[in-house]
Amino acid sequence: MTALVLIEIEQGQVRQASRSAIAAASHFGDVDVLLFGEGVDAASALSGVRKVLHVPAAPHLLAEPTAAFIAQHAEAYSHILSPASATGKNVLPRVAGLLDVQPLTDVIEIKGDDTFVRPIYAGNALVTVQSADRIKVLTIRSSNFDPVDATGGSAAVEVLDLPAEDEKSRFVRVELSNSDRPELEVARVIISGGKGVKDARNFETLLAPVADKLDAAIGASRAAVDAGFAPNEMQVGQTGKIVAPELYIAVGLSGALQHLAGMKDSRTIVAINIDPDAPIFKVADYGLVGDLFEVMPELAKAL
Amino acid sequence: MKVLVPVKRVVDYNIKPRVAADGSGVETQGVKMSMNPFDEIALEEALRLREKGHAQEVVAVSIGPQAAQDTLRTAMAMGADRAILIRTDAELEPLAVAKLLQAVVEREQPGLVSMGKQAIDDDMNATGQILAAKLGWPQGTFASEVIVDNGSAIVSREIDGGVEVVSLTLPAVITADLRLNEPRYASLPNIMKARKKPLETIEADSLDVDIAPRLKVVSVSEPPAREAGVIVKSVEELVNKLKTEAKVLP
Repeated sequence: MTALVLIEIEQGQVRQASRSAIAAASHFGDVDVLLFGEGVDAASALSGVRKVLHVPAAPHLLAEPTAAFIAQHAEAYSHILSPASATGKNVLPRVAGLLDVQPLTDVIEIKGDDTFVRPIYAGNALVTVQSADRIKVLTIRSSNFDPVDATGGSAAVEVLDLPAEDEKSRFVRVELSNSDRPELEVARVIISGGKGVKDARNFETLLAPVADKLDAAIGASRAAVDAGFAPNEMQVGQTGKIVAPELYIAVGLSGALQHLAGMKDSRTIVAINIDPDAPIFKVADYGLVGDLFEVMPELAKAL
Repeated sequence: MKVLVPVKRVVDYNIKPRVAADGSGVETQGVKMSMNPFDEIALEEALRLREKGHAQEVVAVSIGPQAAQDTLRTAMAMGADRAILIRTDAELEPLAVAKLLQAVVEREQPGLVSMGKQAIDDDMNATGQILAAKLGWPQGTFASEVIVDNGSAIVSREIDGGVEVVSLTLPAVITADLRLNEPRYASLPNIMKARKKPLETIEADSLDVDIAPRLKVVSVSEPPAREAGVIVKSVEELVNKLKTEAKVLP
């Protein structure tokens, strides 16, 4: 059996989430990776990869041509994977549609070649399913699989033609928010603010100093994002990023179901909240009941 | 053009789901059900397109048991012009749902399908993409803004690290993300009016679509519970415990 993994490059490196998907794919046998655009050296150096299928152009990974290309090459593979990134979630179900198979998204555990575990109901239940499809199409929750090494491999590279442009869909532009902090999905420490942080400036004056000391990523609850305190890509939760850092510090956020779905697999959870009845205290390893406007400057000083 | 809005009846998002004792699934008997929140957003967007003159008709469609009628009445109370229930008591996977929707699309010929990015019960995030693939239409997933202009849709999409803008030639499938809009409430007069709007029922069996499941549920279980934590008295005690007990700080 051979698996194919759609990988993504960021700043010349293979994204950690892609390396986690490769680790998941290695359960099934040989692993080939599919790379669109630049980054072939980084892809070839990945540990545990047999072959790099490289499509030199096509950097935008639009769903229509990307899925069509993968579907064309799918019959050589038993499993097709990607991380459950925005790109993976966009492209892989379309691949499954073209192949007429039922995809499995956000897989957290692989129990066999055809048996997988995934969370449902915002992580309130785990379902184990067995797939009868001839090709398994899976997106992988990267926080549940240790990434393969970025170096040490020397996979063969096969260059393939650019898929024909699908004229029904056209890339216009991308607007990335710039940040020097680690990415949320890979950060060892995350400090997240909720509605209790009260405004966007307080994210900078109260959360950022602590984040600086801990080399932490900054996250936010949906309530904080909706209130305009933080940009959407900072959202942690069922509808935002799913994270599992070593340390997650929740500041001024109540701990709604949809937020917990995104962070309750963190190793250690700290809650700082003025309301002793906030549901976040039920999942926190360490809780501090207090006013974040006093606690956060103190915490920054103590670190 | 006509906009088709698929809506799903799910366990209300405020309810904490309970796993059935026999591990066969999640308890849904006697539990409050509502329209999937992402579908409300997709419907709101369709209604706004109609209000701006880009659409003439908004048709809601739901697939499921007879009780899914309630969800369709809610959709019509929000403003959908009419509704279609594809009736079946079978458990359906996104692939089967997409195929049934494909049959509805081929019959109704909408210019746009506006749907939620995922249902909050199976959390699959796949039906829109599969439907677009089956139809050979372009897709605008996780949409935070939709501008319809001269036969195309300019869609802003929420991606990791920012926003991507794509231009799609209509007809297309769009899946709504949370930030696309704030859905309206159905007013009491509109709830009354919705009772008189047309709701057509089609038996799923009559559509000649293969909806047999591809997945077998082996078991459903509770996620491992976290051990109860401790409340600390001070920042000093917190930092101390993180260093010595949890060992997550140097």
